[in-house]
Amino acid sequence: MARLVVMDADRCVGCQLCMFACNRRFGEGGLEKAALKVKSTGGFERGFVVVVCRACPDPPCLKVCPVDALDYRKGGGVILNVNKCIGCGRCVDACPVNAVFWDKNANKPDICVHCGYCVSYCPYDVLAMKEVEPFEVAN
Amino acid sequence: MKLPTNVLNIDLARRQYRVEDRADLFQYYIGGTGVAINLLRENCPKGADPLGPDNPIIFAVGPLVGLYPLASKTVAMFKSPLTGNLGESHAGGRSAVSIRLAGYGAIMIRGASESPLYLSIKDTGVEFKDASGIWGIVSSVTTGRVVRELETGAGTRTIMRIGGAGENLVRYAMVTTETYRHFGRLGLGAVFGSKKLKAIAICGEMGLEVESRKEYRKAYDDIYHRAVESPLMRKYHDIGTSANIMPLNLLKGLPTRNLTSVSSPDAINISGEHLAEEYLGRRVSCAHCPVACIHIAGLREPYENEPYFYKTTMIAYDYELLYSLGSMLGVFDEKGLLRLIDSVELWGLDAMSTGVVLAWATEAMEKGLITEAETLGLNLKWGDSDTYSKAVEQIVKQRNEFYANIARGVEYASKIYGGEDFALAFGGNEMPGYHTGPVTHVGFLTGARHSHLDAAGYSIDQAALKDKLPDPKEAAARLLKEEVWRQILSSLVVCFFARNIYDRDTILKTLETAGHKVAPERFDRLGLEILREKNQFKLEHGFNPNALRIPKRILEIDSPHGKVQESYLKEAVEEFYRLLASE
Ligand code: SF4
Ligand code: SF4
Repeated sequence: MARLVVMDADRCVGCQLCMFACNRRFGEGGLEKAALKVKSTGGFERGFVVVVCRACPDPPCLKVCPVDALDYRKGGGVILNVNKCIGCGRCVDACPVNAVFWDKNANKPDICVHCGYCVSYCPYDVLAMKEVEPFEVAN
Repeated sequence: MKLPTNVLNIDLARRQYRVEDRADLFQYYIGGTGVAINLLRENCPKGADPLGPDNPIIFAVGPLVGLYPLASKTVAMFKSPLTGNLGESHAGGRSAVSIRLAGYGAIMIRGASESPLYLSIKDTGVEFKDASGIWGIVSSVTTGRVVRELETGAGTRTIMRIGGAGENLVRYAMVTTETYRHFGRLGLGAVFGSKKLKAIAICGEMGLEVESRKEYRKAYDDIYHRAVESPLMRKYHDIGTSANIMPLNLLKGLPTRNLTSVSSPDAINISGEHLAEEYLGRRVSCAHCPVACIHIAGLREPYENEPYFYKTTMIAYDYELLYSLGSMLGVFDEKGLLRLIDSVELWGLDAMSTGVVLAWATEAMEKGLITEAETLGLNLKWGDSDTYSKAVEQIVKQRNEFYANIARGVEYASKIYGGEDFALAFGGNEMPGYHTGPVTHVGFLTGARHSHLDAAGYSIDQAALKDKLPDPKEAAARLLKEEVWRQILSSLVVCFFARNIYDRDTILKTLETAGHKVAPERFDRLGLEILREKNQFKLEHGFNPNALRIPKRILEIDSPHGKVQESYLKEAVEEFYRLLASE
């Protein structure tokens, strides 16, 4: 199964359309539910990084969840069972790339489900859905 | 809550804030410029000193911000220290999205602080933070870096700040946001400086409900596809606004050397095409805009006396800067021009005003109205970008009377030293880069901000080259129509570059999905109402349309439509204000 990969962050213009797209999965505007974040690497002059779930082969977020609300996703990544989640925030702290975000309103994590909705709204082909071998190095 | 109706009201003197629901204003005026002019009229007393505590700073966004692509701008309103009248300036970056997603429709800043401070604004409220350690950092870029480290919210925040020019109250100092976007015109930076306000960090990432999820996604996709497929957007992306240099040069409408000429064989050096091929290092975009029109050049230069040691400076360029600091000053060597742009950016000055002021000073020096005694030994010469960079520093530091005077704008300076005939300002605001014919100049004179963006008269001139020039009355009517329409765009607030995408039906539809249903009949009157409010403010603050000064220079130099006739300008101006009052 394919998963979301960042193909070339140097092509990123920082428009954040991907973030708005991710949030729009739920039919709403704004950014509360966005599961990825584009930020500058220390000022716009230096370009951008796309912070998003990198589908760790052995996901630390999943391991620290006290109620097993996170499960392996086929093809990479994790799936959140919202009903089990108690909103403790340990997954946020555990993610080494800070790709687990927080929905303050729902008090639940925003974690990428690798659905690829954002890909069709990136005008500059920074993002793609790809099959990735577990140990193949993706950006 | 669907609509942004909260006004965050900040009092710098008392270091207090409160949030007021102004649904009354937002319901009626939508947002952006429509709401801002009303807040300004409510809060800026007649006779207020633009650099005194009575002058409020208002930032306003609108109901499409955070929902739709290209609704990416913030409107700033204040009383301008440059013109002593209506100050309005727009900027993107992340400012608009951050303000709205922090839960505000507008932010109003009143009073003045005794000691330097910066503001940290979130959905939870406002923190007043000491900035005495940052005050005096003359570079707006360094200021941004410092605040970036002090504040959280990377990725979803805006950091507005001033450089040395704002601190020292240069009347055309700007406010920079996200390094490359500016509230450039009319001196907002000096108003920040007068309040001892060094920076504002605003972070917001909340969600926004919509009327119907399905309709929202549908309308979104429609706009998105039109945006990424439109040829106009492509132009702004590929070369950017600097694509205008060559066509204007060819038409003989590119103001050159203080408009003693309208073209140059060397224009190719500073053209968007040349810069893109040789220097373009990166394009960036405002938040929620797919276009990425912001072009940044990488200038790689060796350090003197050190072999193999280089620095690469990233410098954003746009048509307006290439005109004002390039052709207008006879600077056609692109490396020198990029360095000059960089220094203007660091000090935090409006590039257009700075270029026009220096162009006037250069000609005044040629004519002997000023000498090196005034310029502290700087010999201003066309094309000498290094000397111009030094002069920029002097304008900020104002070490003598002359620099203090030119720091007040070209209108003011020329009243003291003479040379009013070639002091290129309209309504006190320095001229934008178009000498395309009479209509652009009528637009500079009548525009509420005396800016080329009020009604884009240059495009009427340019279109008329294939057809025939409208007579003065028709020109006035067309300018008014365009300026009225732009009041709507800047109430939403969408980028003017998206004006072909956000047509009337699209706007009504998107407003409806946002929960803001407007009756079409009222919608069609609103632009004019807003423009009238602005005009009313101007009249109350001493504006006299009959006393508008027409710089002689624009009548002396051929435009693509030949000599601009003073009678044409006067008739059109008169008609414009007649229509504005009567329609
Ligand atoms: S793949 Fe889906 S969940 Fe992941 S960032 Fe993109 S839109 Fe969001
Ligand atoms: S949509 Fe593409 S270009 Fe825009 S911020 Fe996201 S990754 Fe970057």
